Amino acid sequence: MAVEAEAAARELRATYATGKTKSFEWRSSQLKAIQKIVSLHSDEIVEALRSDLQKPEFESVVHEISGVSASCKLALKELNRWMKPQKVKTSLITFPSSAKIVSEPFGVVLVISAWNFPLLLSLDPVVGAIAAGNAVVLKPSESSPATSSLLAKLVGKYMDASAVRVVEGAVAETAALLEQKWDKILYTGGGKVGRIVLSAAAKHLTPVILELGGKCPVVVDSAVNLKVAARRIIAGKWCANSGQTCISPDYIITTKDFAPQLVNALSAQLDKFFGKEPLRSKELSSIVNIHHFNRLVKLLDDDEVSRKIVRGGERDQSNLKIAPTIISGVSTDSLLMDEEIFGPILPIITVDQIEECVGVINAKEKPLAAYLFTNDKKLEDKFVRNISAGAMIINDTVIHFFEAGLPFGGVGGSGMGAYHGKFSFDAFSHKKALLKRSFAVDISARYPPYTPGKRRFLRAVVQGNLLDILRSLYSCW
Amino acid sequence: MEDFHGLIGLRRAFRAGKTRGIEWRMCQLRALLKLVSENEARFFEALEQDLGKHPVEAYRDEIGVLKKSADHALLNIKKWMAPKKGHLPLLLFPSRAEVLPEPLGTVLIFGSWNFPISLTLDPLVGAISAGNTVVVKPSELAPACSSLICQTIPLYLDREAIRVVEGGSDVADKLLQQQWDKIFFTGSPRVGRIIMTAAAKHLTPVTLELGGKCPVILDSFSESDLKVVVKRIVGGKWGPCAGQACIGIDYLLVQKKLASHLIESLKACIKKFYGDDVKSLQSICRIVNKNHFDRVCSLLEEPSVGASVIYGGSLDRENLMIEPTVLLDPPVDAPIMTDEIFGPLLPIITLDKIEDSIDFINARPKPLAIYAFTHNNKLKDQILQETSSGSVTFNDTMIQFICDSLPFGGVGQSGFGRYHGKYSFDTFSHEKAVLHRSFYLELEPRYPPWNDFKLEFIRLAYNFEYVGLLLLLLGLRRRYTSSRSH
Repeated sequence: MAVEAEAAARELRATYATGKTKSFEWRSSQLKAIQKIVSLHSDEIVEALRSDLQKPEFESVVHEISGVSASCKLALKELNRWMKPQKVKTSLITFPSSAKIVSEPFGVVLVISAWNFPLLLSLDPVVGAIAAGNAVVLKPSESSPATSSLLAKLVGKYMDASAVRVVEGAVAETAALLEQKWDKILYTGGGKVGRIVLSAAAKHLTPVILELGGKCPVVVDSAVNLKVAARRIIAGKWCANSGQTCISPDYIITTKDFAPQLVNALSAQLDKFFGKEPLRSKELSSIVNIHHFNRLVKLLDDDEVSRKIVRGGERDQSNLKIAPTIISGVSTDSLLMDEEIFGPILPIITVDQIEECVGVINAKEKPLAAYLFTNDKKLEDKFVRNISAGAMIINDTVIHFFEAGLPFGGVGGSGMGAYHGKFSFDAFSHKKALLKRSFAVDISARYPPYTPGKRRFLRAVVQGNLLDILRSLYSCW
Repeated sequence: MEDFHGLIGLRRAFRAGKTRGIEWRMCQLRALLKLVSENEARFFEALEQDLGKHPVEAYRDEIGVLKKSADHALLNIKKWMAPKKGHLPLLLFPSRAEVLPEPLGTVLIFGSWNFPISLTLDPLVGAISAGNTVVVKPSELAPACSSLICQTIPLYLDREAIRVVEGGSDVADKLLQQQWDKIFFTGSPRVGRIIMTAAAKHLTPVTLELGGKCPVILDSFSESDLKVVVKRIVGGKWGPCAGQACIGIDYLLVQKKLASHLIESLKACIKKFYGDDVKSLQSICRIVNKNHFDRVCSLLEEPSVGASVIYGGSLDRENLMIEPTVLLDPPVDAPIMTDEIFGPLLPIITLDKIEDSIDFINARPKPLAIYAFTHNNKLKDQILQETSSGSVTFNDTMIQFICDSLPFGGVGQSGFGRYHGKYSFDTFSHEKAVLHRSFYLELEPRYPPWNDFKLEFIRLAYNFEYVGLLLLLLGLRRRYTSSRSH
């Protein structure tokens, strides 16, 4: 495994050195290859996702396949424009000169993907890396083995193996990869491994993007369209991999008075979406493996928690499914409020005044996303101004993920760096500063021997005062 | 829990929102400008004491840079703080999106000893503009400057939000054990690794401004142009802190047949700028301390390297002065050509043709800057496309540093992250995406139970196929049929 990691890094570096991956033609050919992968093999992809996560076909197509396809389409459309150097202004101090910022690839990059959206979180960063002209090694998650193996097969078949490689495996293989020197790493996953990736990158001074998670709060004010709010919360929580999503609502904050109405509304909509027997619904994803299933069941069976369940709680170990579960009146020091839940359990924290939500949220690590349902402008302003998160949505959940015009990334405990759309291209590009100077004007004040006159001149130039500059120029010579 | 240097107070001040408003930020920036102008003479004295830096060099590279930076920030901060509107696809109508810059929180800045004022306080301009609370740790290797910064900052700036911590590596270690929202470091790759490793434990993002061997590529020139070229090279090598600069020229690449004429011109210019007696050199810094003096001298020890010295080479250990020294073709595997020199030694490497410089540079770690003197557009393109560096400057040296519109930062071994101008503001900010949605116009296809219609709808929506969507809604489009029936 160490051999495979080292060979991949070495071979891709040799390919990169030839300059092959920098051309527009190579980049667009590879992007088209990715498009082919998702369009010609969508059935196999859906099957692999079903095998790994019991992911409903709808989610597979909408969240994963269409997501990748849309990314490729945007990159192909914009690539020419993105690759163009950006002219910038120059000032009197460097006159005469011209300046530009040139985007160039970092070189050979490593993308480490996650198991919950194993196709999307593998290929979406790869789209960015390739658009920016890098060679890429992709390490899919071993917890989604069918998708990992399918990716290895399809990337091997359609893409340029000398520059784009899939390396499969678990902890040992990942560690071996992290020993190599990469020019950039993008990691999607949890904070614990995020720290390991960052430490490994430090040895080689490799810049890193960490897409981590966090406890994404949803604050629900009382004067809102409750039906719509409930549907949007459910869509974000249970219609996306059964809550196993980095931007899923993790917990709700609402007032004590409003909580019962909210619970009723959620319940009513849950009935509509998943029916009276959610465990048998084809619309519900399962938990990825027995380890996470047991982790979630342990949370549910905790005495403090189990007696506060107001909806759900049913589980089916043979199919690794847990019903959409709501727990009301949870305290801020409950077990459920410790770590990211990453499952179909939704605790509700109640406060006296809705404004208290700011204190509750700020007592925890900065989340990847924070959501607020309200019609109150003042509350909205307070929320946006006083809470830090990767992103925020007012009156909806998760949907910002699909907006390529917005940067997608975390802050603090939820990560560093961002991607999606042009941000992906930028994330995998080094922005090289370029300054072109002429010989026409050469200011002697730059050079020794230094005189008081030169000092006056420099001072005037820094002040930007034209009159002073002329005056001191006159006295300088 | 021990409150290390009042860190708890800084975090509290940040949470209380003290540093968020534009008034506070502008007030601090103006106070910093006042600090600099009212203490200018003391800064010149401290720089003379720490590095033997001439006031003109000190103004050009340190005081002037800082003033310009703070002025630029004051002029632009309102614009920088404003949210950036995003444009949204029709599908999300009605919605509004924006990207809102917000401060990261409490940040740590490590200054450097070679430009102890500008490299310590210029990042501070960025941190303040972005609305953070800050701890600044100046380098202990420039003790007079460190002490002056430590004395003056609390007199002018808000002590509840901005602190200076002095000390050596033990203090730095303790600082690194704390949790920061960002760390900004200027220094060597070796220490950069230590900083990043410590930051990893807390998932702290870092900006590393490191160094490298910055080459000059010298093509052929007319006699009159050569005069200017030589001045810029000499000024760019020995002007900034006697070669102890991250973007300072490290070595020079030139075609064999041009070397001897170049060397004569260099010698004449060096004499004119600095003099030729190591005991009475003018307008040039000394080496910062005995450790670095010995380090630079050791680069000349190897006999084959010593033999390649063609100008200079005199040493004055008592005054920590090294004469501007030029070498011709030292062995490329000697430390002088493998390590960053960071001193007043200029190796000249001759090549058969100037285009060979590209492979030469690419065989080495990516530098912070590449300087190329040439009129040949083809060569310029080649350099731009086939090499990688923090920056490329054509026909000059060092000056990219004061161009506020250009990002200043490295790549590979020369670091990552960038600052100057708006990039300083950005480097200490988090860009938060905010999407505002309305309750009206609900999109039913978002919700289960799923069916083929909803699937096709969303598939078309993601690909922005609005016409297809319309047809689908009107029932005029064939639906996606899955091979698995529900």
